Amino acid sequence: MPKMTPSHKPFEIRDCALAAVATGVKAQNLKEFCDAIGKIEPESIYYHFWGGLLKPRFDDPEYHNDFAAWASHALHDKILAERLSVLDPSEIPDLEKIRAELIDIIEERLDENEYVPWCKRDQQFHFITSQIVVFDTRKTISKANELVKIIPSLTSSSIFYHFIDARRRTFGNIDDFSSWLYGFADKHSDLCCLLATIDPFFSTLPELKSQIADIMKEYFQGGEK
Amino acid sequence: MRTSILDKYADIVGWDVIDQLHQLVAPLRDIKIVHVNSTRKGGGVAEILNKLVPLKRELGMNVSWEVVEGNDDFFKCTKSFHNGLQGDKVEIPRSLLDSYERVNEENADKLRGKLTDADIVVIHDPQPAPLLRFIPERKGKWIWRCHIDASHPDRFVWKYLRDFIVEYDASIFSLAAFAQPLPHTEFLIPPSIDPLSDKNIELDRKEIESTVSNLGIDTERPIMLQVSRFDRFKDPVGVIQAYRLTKKFVPSLQLVLAGGEATDDPESQAVLEDINIAANKDTDIHILVLPSDAHRTINALQRASDIVLQKSTREGFGLTVTEAMWKGKPVIGGDTGGIRIQVVNHRTGFLVNTPEGAALRARYLLFHRDKLMEMGSTAKKFVKENFLLTRHLREYLTVMVSIIHGEKDRIELD
Repeated sequence: MPKMTPSHKPFEIRDCALAAVATGVKAQNLKEFCDAIGKIEPESIYYHFWGGLLKPRFDDPEYHNDFAAWASHALHDKILAERLSVLDPSEIPDLEKIRAELIDIIEERLDENEYVPWCKRDQQFHFITSQIVVFDTRKTISKANELVKIIPSLTSSSIFYHFIDARRRTFGNIDDFSSWLYGFADKHSDLCCLLATIDPFFSTLPELKSQIADIMKEYFQGGEK
Repeated sequence: MRTSILDKYADIVGWDVIDQLHQLVAPLRDIKIVHVNSTRKGGGVAEILNKLVPLKRELGMNVSWEVVEGNDDFFKCTKSFHNGLQGDKVEIPRSLLDSYERVNEENADKLRGKLTDADIVVIHDPQPAPLLRFIPERKGKWIWRCHIDASHPDRFVWKYLRDFIVEYDASIFSLAAFAQPLPHTEFLIPPSIDPLSDKNIELDRKEIESTVSNLGIDTERPIMLQVSRFDRFKDPVGVIQAYRLTKKFVPSLQLVLAGGEATDDPESQAVLEDINIAANKDTDIHILVLPSDAHRTINALQRASDIVLQKSTREGFGLTVTEAMWKGKPVIGGDTGGIRIQVVNHRTGFLVNTPEGAALRARYLLFHRDKLMEMGSTAKKFVKENFLLTRHLREYLTVMVSIIHGEKDRIELD
């Protein structure tokens, strides 16, 4: 478990917005797709795994990353889609390792095929990357049990920032709430363990918010801890 | 008590969305932003700016909107650009291109004072694109916003326009598929609908019924609707085939094909003739050629319909799909372009490739009213979360913050 220096610094609620940026890189067949994944900037891999949570898309998608969705809907290769869809970036926070996993899966599928699977021109995979703009909501809390009240009022993008984006910024790749709670020494380590049981990748942001809120409520319902 | 525009949007999207806009605007309050397009009325761009500019002002931003003035040759030329960017093969005489550049030079002289000092200038579509070249003393960042599906442009048109566009600091396209290779950052902002416009605002039952009845449509019987230009890519004849295949099982079904007057589109007349031949005087097929400002009528038709089709074989984004979904209607859409982003197969509607496919899905929905309602409600929620003007505005503000702070992956505002 990551250990933080005890701190009484208030928790600042932040929010974020993503600006999606076209990379100009696209693929119309599986070989081009594999080559592009090998060369594309890591930010784009991150975007196609996580950015979906903040971009216009259906709340409950069939596949949880854009690569798997493309394999299914454009290449009509359900086997590849299923293999790609189980990749969980919350288990493998290192984007280079995720890239290597992606290439492994795709190369294996290329070996299994007699020909290179391809798609129609208007179904090409367009690699996108993003810039994240983080802003202060001017809301802060200083006591841990205030999380019970504040969590339900957070926007989906604020949940994204504190629970998902945090894993790229914090010591031990953990969420911001846990990171802050560890600042109270071991007082809330049980709560941090409970938060660590949430799988952030296979939930929508509203579901994540509700799971976090439920855990907080249950943990603190016995009064001040 | 006076209700602000933001209050009205808050009633629909919630105050958290509006609070987020206020927070994003904070670093943009002291900067001067100018939007430039070629018309104040008519067309999608003017419609968006008519809403976005007052909203930005109410958020406390210093925003102005300028319009370039042109002559007949200028608009003839830009109309050809529009068609060319959408993929039509066009030939534009040098004299029209000269006129296009000259008009831009004249407009640059008129707008020089306003554009030189602006911190951000957003140029919409090809009409004012060369302005940047005629204002070399500009101080701010210039963004080219392309509202057109430029995924497969006529090579001549793109090569010519590209020369002007490469000089911009950034560009914005609606979808990654619409973007063309450029040497600067290309942001992506999908379009949106305005829930408070005449086209989308809530209407009472009485108005819906009287509007639809006045058009000769029976509100007591099921209605299948397609709203689109009379264009072959919208496959109106395929829609009639789908209607006939469905009507065998739902004899009371009516079909409404509603489109705008298209005085500037010679092909639409030919398509309209094909539609009339295919309709073969069936009194349950209503072909409506509506004036371009018949927004409330379209709204009433969409609300009165049981099923909305957008059976395009080629489509840019397809905002008529968004509009119908916002009214709680499942959409049976062609499996193409931006329709794929909105119609989540079996969840917010169905994606189809043939008239037979459209008929199959229409029959299913008409015989499973509970499913029709459920999909319609999911569709409305999906639009509320993703395709309303407030989301569009948030993304504009994000891009502006990004432009001001330079090309960093992460921008932390204090």
